[in-house]
Amino acid sequence: MEHKNWNGFQPGAWQNEINVRDFIQTNYREYVGDSDFLAGATARTNAMMKKLNTLFMLEQQYGGVLDIDTATVSSLTSYSPGYIDKENELIVGMQTNRPLKRGVNPFGGMRMVRQACEAYGYQLSDKVQEEFRFRTTHNDGVFRAYTDEMRLARKCHVITGLPDAYGRGRIIGDYRRVALYGVDRLIAEKKKDKKALSDCIFDADHVRQDEELYQQITFLGYLKEMAEMYGFDISEPAKNTQEAIQWTYFAYLGAIKEQNGAAMSLGRVATFFDIYVERDLENGTLTEEGAQELIDDFVMKLRIARHLRTPEYNELFGGDPMWITEAVGGMGEDGRTLVTKSSYRILNTLYTLGSSPEPNLTVLWSNALPKPFKRFCAKVSADTDSIQYENDDVMRPIYGDDYAIACCVSAMKIGKQMQFFGARCNLAKLLLIAINGGYDTTSGIHIGPQMSVLEGDALDFDTVMARYQIYIEWLSRLYVNTMNVIHYMHDKYAYEKTQMALHDTNVGRFMAFGIAGLSVVADSLSAIKFASVRPIKNENGFVTDFETVGEFPKFGNDDDRVDLIAKDMTHRVITELRKTPTYRGAEHTLSVLTITSNVMYGKHTGATPDGRKATAPFAPGANPMHNREENGALASLNSVAKLSYDDCRDGISNTFSITPEALGRTEEARIDNLVTILDGYFAKKAHHINVNVLNRETLKKAYENPEAYPNLTIRVSGYAVNFHKLSREQQREVISRTFHETV
Amino acid sequence: MTDTERKGRVHSIQTLGTLDGPGVRFVVFTQGCPLRCGCCHNPDTWKTEGGREYPPRELLERALRYREYFRSDGGVTVSGGEPLLQAAFVRDYFALCREAGLHTCLDTSACILNDEAKHLLEVTDRVLLDVKYTDDASYRAYVGCSIDAPLAFLGYLNEKKIPTTLRQVIIPTLNDSEENIRALKALANAHKCVDGVELLPFRKICQVKYDKMGKSFRFAEIPEPTAEKMQRLNAVLNEA
Repeated sequence: MEHKNWNGFQPGAWQNEINVRDFIQTNYREYVGDSDFLAGATARTNAMMKKLNTLFMLEQQYGGVLDIDTATVSSLTSYSPGYIDKENELIVGMQTNRPLKRGVNPFGGMRMVRQACEAYGYQLSDKVQEEFRFRTTHNDGVFRAYTDEMRLARKCHVITGLPDAYGRGRIIGDYRRVALYGVDRLIAEKKKDKKALSDCIFDADHVRQDEELYQQITFLGYLKEMAEMYGFDISEPAKNTQEAIQWTYFAYLGAIKEQNGAAMSLGRVATFFDIYVERDLENGTLTEEGAQELIDDFVMKLRIARHLRTPEYNELFGGDPMWITEAVGGMGEDGRTLVTKSSYRILNTLYTLGSSPEPNLTVLWSNALPKPFKRFCAKVSADTDSIQYENDDVMRPIYGDDYAIACCVSAMKIGKQMQFFGARCNLAKLLLIAINGGYDTTSGIHIGPQMSVLEGDALDFDTVMARYQIYIEWLSRLYVNTMNVIHYMHDKYAYEKTQMALHDTNVGRFMAFGIAGLSVVADSLSAIKFASVRPIKNENGFVTDFETVGEFPKFGNDDDRVDLIAKDMTHRVITELRKTPTYRGAEHTLSVLTITSNVMYGKHTGATPDGRKATAPFAPGANPMHNREENGALASLNSVAKLSYDDCRDGISNTFSITPEALGRTEEARIDNLVTILDGYFAKKAHHINVNVLNRETLKKAYENPEAYPNLTIRVSGYAVNFHKLSREQQREVISRTFHETV
Repeated sequence: MTDTERKGRVHSIQTLGTLDGPGVRFVVFTQGCPLRCGCCHNPDTWKTEGGREYPPRELLERALRYREYFRSDGGVTVSGGEPLLQAAFVRDYFALCREAGLHTCLDTSACILNDEAKHLLEVTDRVLLDVKYTDDASYRAYVGCSIDAPLAFLGYLNEKKIPTTLRQVIIPTLNDSEENIRALKALANAHKCVDGVELLPFRKICQVKYDKMGKSFRFAEIPEPTAEKMQRLNAVLNEA
């Protein structure tokens, strides 16, 4: 198949089938040089960014939400076009008719929307409530099917954050398809797939797929309509860089208008864009400055993307992130790097537009990445604390070279795999429930197998482990079943039509489970094994505290005695999860990631044998507990690197904070050393790291005087936040984390 | 005596050392120091008892866990305390490191030059020599020994052609004059083995350690040098 807008591209299999990877591989130009070619921000970009910064400030002054359209249900075509500055915008498209005005999206759940409106001083319109009176939301569906035990597990917070009242997200449409093929071609392909179903036996799976295809095709039509409202016809392939970025953005915009998903990630667009940039630079229709402007304008659009969420949700996740994750760099299967000049350009937005948590720029690190690119990344990290790193050498063998990251650490092949997101269970609480024979002392709820409270003056390791195993088995089964209910209902009542239209029809599915409190559990079990832990009971005979006497190894010191306990825990949990079949045959995966919810998990968990007090925060993600590292940063990294990615295919998040002084004496040395640390850490087969290069003092000052630090960005667990958007409690927790420093 | 038999007293281990030698380094701080420098930021390493005993091989095994981080220029450093107090132990450790292909670096005040120290230098790839002052009077007043010992040590390093970095903690009023920097530079120039000079600003964050130990910090009243001062002194150091 040929198209005039493809002139100048190398032909290949991508012309005859939907295959963006093949297009990239046959057309991209790797770049192994340094950052000297980059252009800075233009006057236009600066003026536009100034407008945005004013809006961001207003949004903060209005308590975090600038405006809500309470009378219109968000969808692709439900708002008239919106602009920041129509004459000067290079890439257009808003979620609603005005920047930072939020829409309402009750498909996930009505109650959440109503509460969110009320929390910000609005009232959800009668019109919307009326429209949904006879409609089942995802949330309605889930609670019709939840068992008593599932409700109890939620209530006592042993499983929390489940996407049962909001959109599940973590699905990445292959938004590039719209630019490369145009919507008409995508519709034609989907119609072919639908037709091919007619020979099948129409069992439940096929009926569902047939209806889903119908919905996908309908929404591709809406996507065209949406673009038309902005004056663009996206039925044909994009013919230049501006169109390629605009078409891709429209596809993403359609997705976030339709879905209020927890994490709405972007994918891996920079190197795809680069092919168009190179073509336009070559034929003289674009300059470097122009290319940077287009990427800057696109990134500005991503920075104003918003969803309406309740303050509780925002408190849990530190502001209202959308996890617009863009994977940058990585290597190709043929050994060429996938780094292009546009990989630099998108990272350069942290300079042209200033540092920012969104989009969530994620560098796919490989030992084989070009050295200048590694150094540039390290410099950006040291300057902005805004990027994270994930191990391409560990992921590429599994997902190939056209995968992206959903949310923080969840890898998937773009357009070919999706996941059913499942939040996480609280392993530390589960340990306490096990010790108490099926009783949660913080909520006063009896749950799980009922047995006696563990007896004895000192806890015996083998006895505790045997008991714990029983509860892990119980919880794993309950967890899978709960997820099956949630995702059955989400597919039924809040199916992601736009995003799934940008996937292959036969899609691979993951079911992503998670754990919180890994380092608390590892240290607690280590204390039971190597020190003496005496349980202290309350007047009702339940264990509510522990007296721990003696030394014990702690996670984060590169000590196998405890590190292997942590590793074993992840293995136990995923092994148990796999025993219960999933909805739609999804593959079970596990993450060790808390985002900022480690504070909340801690709040709902009693004292633990490692010496952590009741209600004290957990460490984030897979991090060692705060300030328990005694041998410096690399020992801490090595401990986390021991966790197996084979057990935790949904990602292992580690957040690393180091002072500039501890990283080296000069800027050059700091950059070199950071590159060396990343190379070493990933050579150990570690999966992920957030890097912050800053002083605790800076955070303390920002804590005392937030207005003075409006743009202070820090990496937390899997993503970045504006420090001032964290709750006071989260700020304190971040300040109390380990900072690797000189002594 | 075999390496596994001779244990050394170790105060602590820093797995990410970026300040004591080139690249990223696995740094062992030994326990015990014969000097009592007024500016010392590790008073907890002074006494020769205490610390944890390690056989050299165990230290090597730990160091090797960080090999992936060393790149071509990193390696292991032994600092202190004063490593020369346990020169035989450090020698065994460095010999094992060299055998394993690790770059070895000794951070020392160079106050002891005996046969054991000389043996140690046979397996040392670089020395970081802390020249506290450039005059004998200051040495006697603020270190507690004569300047002859470090000078003899430096002469020996020169003779053996062991790459050396001179380091000096810059302490306002004591050694922060331009004249002093020139003297330091002259010392470096007089020894071919010296290929670098580092000026380190005097810091007082160690005050808490003194407080905790119930010891008085002799230089508590001396201010830290400003960044501008350090910049100026570095400029003096680098002028032709």
